[in-house]
Amino acid sequence: MVEWDFLAVFADFDLLMTGLLNTLKVTGLALLFGVPLGLAFALMRLSTNRPLSMIAAFIIEFFRTTPPLVQLFWFFFALPILIDVRMTPFIAAVVTFSIQSSAFFAEIFRGGIQSIDKGQWEGAKAIGMSYSQSMKRIILPQAVKRMIPAFMERSIELLKTTTLVSTVAYADLMFQANDLAQKTFRPLEVYTVVAVMYFVLIFVFSQLSIAVERRLARSGESTVH
Amino acid sequence: MSEIVRIENLHKSFDKLDVLKGIDLSVSAGETIVLLGSSGSGKSTMLRCVNFMEVPSDGRIYLHGDLIGSEQNGRMNYRESELCTLRTRIGMVFQHFNLFPHMTVEQNVMEGQLTVLKRSQTEARDKARAQLERVGLADKALEYPARLSGGQKQRVAIARALAMDPDVMLFDEVTSALDPELVGEVLKTMRQLAEEGMTMLVVTHELGFAYHVANRVLFLSDGAILEQGEPQQVLKAPKTKRMREFLDGHSLFKLPD
Repeated sequence: MVEWDFLAVFADFDLLMTGLLNTLKVTGLALLFGVPLGLAFALMRLSTNRPLSMIAAFIIEFFRTTPPLVQLFWFFFALPILIDVRMTPFIAAVVTFSIQSSAFFAEIFRGGIQSIDKGQWEGAKAIGMSYSQSMKRIILPQAVKRMIPAFMERSIELLKTTTLVSTVAYADLMFQANDLAQKTFRPLEVYTVVAVMYFVLIFVFSQLSIAVERRLARSGESTVH
Repeated sequence: MSEIVRIENLHKSFDKLDVLKGIDLSVSAGETIVLLGSSGSGKSTMLRCVNFMEVPSDGRIYLHGDLIGSEQNGRMNYRESELCTLRTRIGMVFQHFNLFPHMTVEQNVMEGQLTVLKRSQTEARDKARAQLERVGLADKALEYPARLSGGQKQRVAIARALAMDPDVMLFDEVTSALDPELVGEVLKTMRQLAEEGMTMLVVTHELGFAYHVANRVLFLSDGAILEQGEPQQVLKAPKTKRMREFLDGHSLFKLPD
């Protein structure tokens, strides 16, 4: 019979809180850089300029099809050899997950943009709007609304994937959990608490996303009937 | 009367399909021209070439006597910025309205004024209100398009085009997607515009509108103008067999007088 003892875990709970904060830091920064970068990749991908579109397509496919752990190791161990920079685990993590998630966000942006009825482009064009004006004022605002569920889904996926950064000794929640488990000899309790922490975090996040979706759904629907 | 639009030898092909096979047309200020023809005759394509929603394969289009685009080595070249400016001067209304669903009615009518013509908020709003008044929808200014009927949506689309102060208005089957009982309010708005002196090119299946409102009717068949003239003449005494067949098709199930 296993005896649960959470006391040891809660005695060092600040260790886990530090880890949680670091996890949020990496996730937040990866989103901050990854979303605009994803939009840029999507716009390149949709461009009528063939070379530009193909470069974007290649980058997107590359980062979607290679394992994030390999990417992380590459940025952490291989890149410093190529260009003489000292990578901290933190920078490697932010760089990796910004680019990795941008590839997925690019596809979400592209899907959202392409889902908008072509009549919207025509309506904008007919009053003299340029491609970029139409994109910015007419297409993207509608596309972003449709993208929100996929965007939230992807962000949650990102949050979970950041656990990989513990392998390059970045003190995220997972890393701190490993640390604490070894220190207290209480892996069962430690990982249970960590699982609950992840659950609460993501649950709150997804509830928030549902609320946002509902709010956005209130205005406007189809232009046809 | 002064000429607003001149079309010379307009050709348009999609891949190997020749849709327009040389169209010539001169449109004078204040004229209402109705384009008739069966589907596939090229009438919508012709209309869409006038404001370069489709870029012509060959031929020239002039607005107020100025050639659109520039000629290089016997081929026409069009700069996108030139076409954008041109489109502010040629309004277009579509079959499916194409209103912006994320904006209110008023914002829809203000959008082009703000982003393209760079008018101030106040000026754009005043103008939008005036145009909505003109199409009888002043009270709907703050609604979203989703809350309007088809006929109201189409009148907003007309106001949106009018707010740019265009020299010509193009109407591309604007009543075809409407419930029959809503067709009248849109046609009435269009007749009002024609009476106010707006220059209009109208693609429609509403023969009654053509008869009562148009100054000139064109009948397109197989990418060329087969007949044209005053509506009384073209609609009541067609010269060609093709045109007669077209008219017969339309009056097959007419109510008795």
